[in-house]
Amino acid sequence: MKMTQSMRWWGGFLMAALLWVFLYGQLESFAEVLVAAVGLSHALPFGEALYFFIYEVPKVLMLLTAVVFVMGVVHTFVSPERTRAMLSGRRRGEGNMLAATLGIVTPFCSCSAVPLFIGFLQAGVPLGVTFSFLISAPMVNEVALALLFGMFGWKVALLYMLMGLLVAIIAGMVIGRLNMENHLEEWVQKLQGSTGPGNAVPDAMEWPGRMREGLGHVREIVGRVWVYIVLGVGLGAGIHGYVPENFMASLMGNSVWWSVPAAVLIGVPMYSNAAGIIPVVQALLGKGAALGTVMAFMMSVIALSAPEMIILRKVLRPRLIAVFAGVVASGIMLVGFVFNLLL
Amino acid sequence: MIRVKILGTGCAKCAQLAEAVHAVIVADGIAAEVEKVQDMQEIISYNVLSTPALVVDGEVRSAGRVPSSEEIRSLLASQKRGCCCKGSSGASGSSCC
Repeated sequence: MKMTQSMRWWGGFLMAALLWVFLYGQLESFAEVLVAAVGLSHALPFGEALYFFIYEVPKVLMLLTAVVFVMGVVHTFVSPERTRAMLSGRRRGEGNMLAATLGIVTPFCSCSAVPLFIGFLQAGVPLGVTFSFLISAPMVNEVALALLFGMFGWKVALLYMLMGLLVAIIAGMVIGRLNMENHLEEWVQKLQGSTGPGNAVPDAMEWPGRMREGLGHVREIVGRVWVYIVLGVGLGAGIHGYVPENFMASLMGNSVWWSVPAAVLIGVPMYSNAAGIIPVVQALLGKGAALGTVMAFMMSVIALSAPEMIILRKVLRPRLIAVFAGVVASGIMLVGFVFNLLL
Repeated sequence: MIRVKILGTGCAKCAQLAEAVHAVIVADGIAAEVEKVQDMQEIISYNVLSTPALVVDGEVRSAGRVPSSEEIRSLLASQKRGCCCKGSSGASGSSCC
């Protein structure tokens, strides 16, 4: 009975994958046919906007579904416990790089940031390395990358990932250098290095179960995020013809040097997930804002937020929180400047 | 009588886990005492990195996710089997010992 169930899962997976590939290939002609069916053409601004919408929404949703499913399966291999075991006892530098990279694939929810933070320190992961993980995990995640890839192409997604990793690595190294262990709350200081990297949770998952986790992840993430995608693409379609092309250029364009720090300052206290910020990014980019400025804004909204600071206050003293926010914000600003300079 | 603890600081998933566990306990008529643990220091004392976590008789059985009700059923029950090889991949382990 177990055998047949497993086969059913694999069969279902194969069918779904084939269907996905087939449908994805048909999206363009489907949108074409649909636009023609309502009697519109590309020549009309409304026809163009409608085509854009009908093509982009399913495309981005399908990409997101695929990526989120794969990541849901990957999460069953890379638990935070396993990541911790890999990071404990690593040296600075090497440890920071590994931590930032693992931050992409390790499941992370900001509501368990504090147990994770303490758990890492407890197992002897250095403070700076822990911070590298804590910065990269929420900022460079699969949802952000899949959406950027779907809406702005692979170059933007790749740049975002590399820049995010760079900020996480460097900020973690700087914080590590500053030797701020005594700015942890006292009870946390006592816990540092108090246990081994042992694994309290049994790793008991077999294959069909991993796929079920992937599906659950899709249901959870796509179920929550699709509204923002429709909104973002709709906004993109809407401003295609109706708002003057360089509306934002004078405010957030390449030549306005103060736009990067301003974008970061506005973004830091704001709280949103990657999906929620995408409509805004779409609108800004579409209207001539510089890519570096928009990226800096997006990163600062996702990586730093007022609610997160309040949660971290349970374990960090104000001075360390200020240093954390300051270092990360400066890193993001630097990324924004470099982007604007290069592109 | 088993002692079940649900560790979590009140995120949406923690409530989901509590609900799912409750449903299994009621459906199977399991004699259990369920407690929600929200205190950070106590959660950390279980060496758990991600919430929500399910603790049965002082032992962490799952962390960071909401298992399906079948899985919760076996997680709640696995103690009874008196399995001797903890940590091996034995959630379903019939030929375990």
